[in-house]
Amino acid sequence: MTTVQDQEGTVAAPLEGRPLLEVTDLVKHFPIKSGIFIDRQVGAVRAVDGVSFAVGEGETLGLVGESGCGKSTLARSILQLLKPTSGSVRFRGTELTELGRRELRPLRREMQMIFQDPYASLNPRKRIGQIVGDPLKLHGLASGAELRKRVEGLLDRVGLSPEHYNRFPHEFSGGQRQRIGIARALALEPKMVIADEPVSALDVSIQAQIINLLEDLQDEFGLTYVFVAHDLGVVRHVSDRIAVMYLGKIVEIGPAEEVYSNPIHPYTVSLLSAVPIPDPRENRAREQTVLEGDVPSPANPPEACRFHTRCPRATDICSELEPQLVHYGNGHWAACHHPVGRPEPKIERSAAELPA
Amino acid sequence: MSAPLLSVRDLKVDFRTEDGVVHAVDNVSFDVAPGEVVAVVGESGSGKSVTAMTLMGLTRSPNAEISGQATLGDIDLIRASDEQMRSVRAERLAMIFQDPMTSLNPVYRVGDQIVEVLRAHREIEKEEAHDRAVELLRLVGIPAPAERARAYPHEFSGGMRQRAMIAMALALEPEILIADEPTTALDVTIQAQILRLLKKFNEERDLAVILITHDLGVVADIADRVLVMYGGRVIENGTLDQIFYDPQHPYTWGLLGSVMRLDRPRAARLAQIKGQPPSLLNPPQGCHFRPRCPHEFGKCQEVPGLEARSGESGHLDRCWLNPEQKRNLRVMESGEIGLEAPAA
Repeated sequence: MTTVQDQEGTVAAPLEGRPLLEVTDLVKHFPIKSGIFIDRQVGAVRAVDGVSFAVGEGETLGLVGESGCGKSTLARSILQLLKPTSGSVRFRGTELTELGRRELRPLRREMQMIFQDPYASLNPRKRIGQIVGDPLKLHGLASGAELRKRVEGLLDRVGLSPEHYNRFPHEFSGGQRQRIGIARALALEPKMVIADEPVSALDVSIQAQIINLLEDLQDEFGLTYVFVAHDLGVVRHVSDRIAVMYLGKIVEIGPAEEVYSNPIHPYTVSLLSAVPIPDPRENRAREQTVLEGDVPSPANPPEACRFHTRCPRATDICSELEPQLVHYGNGHWAACHHPVGRPEPKIERSAAELPA
Repeated sequence: MSAPLLSVRDLKVDFRTEDGVVHAVDNVSFDVAPGEVVAVVGESGSGKSVTAMTLMGLTRSPNAEISGQATLGDIDLIRASDEQMRSVRAERLAMIFQDPMTSLNPVYRVGDQIVEVLRAHREIEKEEAHDRAVELLRLVGIPAPAERARAYPHEFSGGMRQRAMIAMALALEPEILIADEPTTALDVTIQAQILRLLKKFNEERDLAVILITHDLGVVADIADRVLVMYGGRVIENGTLDQIFYDPQHPYTWGLLGSVMRLDRPRAARLAQIKGQPPSLLNPPQGCHFRPRCPHEFGKCQEVPGLEARSGESGHLDRCWLNPEQKRNLRVMESGEIGLEAPAA
């Protein structure tokens, strides 16, 4: 199962500094049940299936992939909002998967989340002041006039007016609501913020405002971000490193510019090629590789390399042996038997795996 | 240019609501030529979907006030009776939507839903209609179409559902297909497949397409002409190259400038348009973009007409600045055009 260690380092290592978050062999399966009287498990949706990486302090890791690749499940499993099936999540050296609810609570102060849908993630019956102030109250950090002062300070910091304190969420536009969600996440002065598609519900002109805000806040408070998104342009803009997921696995991970300018995994190549360029002349000039078919079901993923059913470079070995993440230098890793523009990795098969 | 297939003039749609009158579409005029792909871009609330739905006759209601003309051949889509509209829909003008799951009936087989469309409009036998449905599914690239015609919508993936919607929309060979954000709910690799499919029908059958989208990448990929909408109005109308390389309206500059491009080195900081889109209940006086525009001046209190100002034929805009000023004011950086320069 492990693939992480090799002599050149680990996938777990961030570019610089010590890791704040280390995820090792994380697995999250959702059981598929059948039967009316007896809950019989007939299978599992393998949403996250052995993922390892680390995020350094102050770093932004972008997680990209198509719907169903497990990126949101991964984000939730890191925060223990979903209990992982197996594997380890260490935050500042503390193993989170072994902690109970009560033990997790003080740690949750340091790990916050921003959600995709600013309409669904704010309680419509609560006033903004309460939404942003509740985390402070629940953790016993402020009350009374002090609480109000801190909430107003937070609202001001995210670009809202302190007079908004007594308004309800429905009085705000999507972009403003997302600012409220950000203020709430920042209230406890977290170390790490996991943002799950924070701008995909917003219009382009508002997207830029929110991304600029998130970047300013990162500089100001030294935040570490795990940024989950399907929009490759957004992810490239915010990330220091990028992990590309396909059907529950990381297929490529490396420094953002490296992954975008010299992608190694054929899936990353086709993903980048599928994004139309907003420039008619350049769009006409370039050759697009359009992937055929749909993403297979994570309940029944293809054997060995999960991408082999759609991969233009696939050969026999891809359906026989699962490729492991290989280091190509400079912190750039990919799991492929036929990497693009790089020498093929040597495959050591055990005798049992060799075809007769 | 050949005579337009569809000609929309001074289209206005107001909705009476509890909070007041929403001016959803305000004096929209444009033409669609045969075989042309017209992209309508704009943010949510800019009126692009209401425009499209009004053309289909789907916004008619006691609380809606619709005026203006929309001529398709000899029919005015605004004044046509409900019965006339029923025959126009699907036969001459068809529409596909953003979310293919909610547009398909979950309790009928996909093939039967296409058969229903065919038999509602044509006098054909069930079996013949079924064969035709299978043929249509094959045309839109659904593997094993005879088998898949018997499947229910939930058994299809998002991309396949959108293909089925396209098959249904094209069943009666309409002249115009209105596609409202057809790829927004789909992944990029599937989006590329659907766009390729639309292009194929556009080229092979001369199908005109009105494509509503907020994604300028999709526009650059497929459109011939672009309408930019803001606050219920068309604020710029030009060919693909005019809009991308010589945009006239400051809002268009802002839109082009705030796109995160994969083919360019990443900017230290994104250019952004300040402020919020206007409320359509109580829009600003004069130019709707005025409160967010860094170049507004006295005259902007008056509504600018949609006129040819750039000196190029077929390029219309609603901005009082003269073309010279515009070319000086917009920010040009390494071939990109924007409203403001991204700060370092």
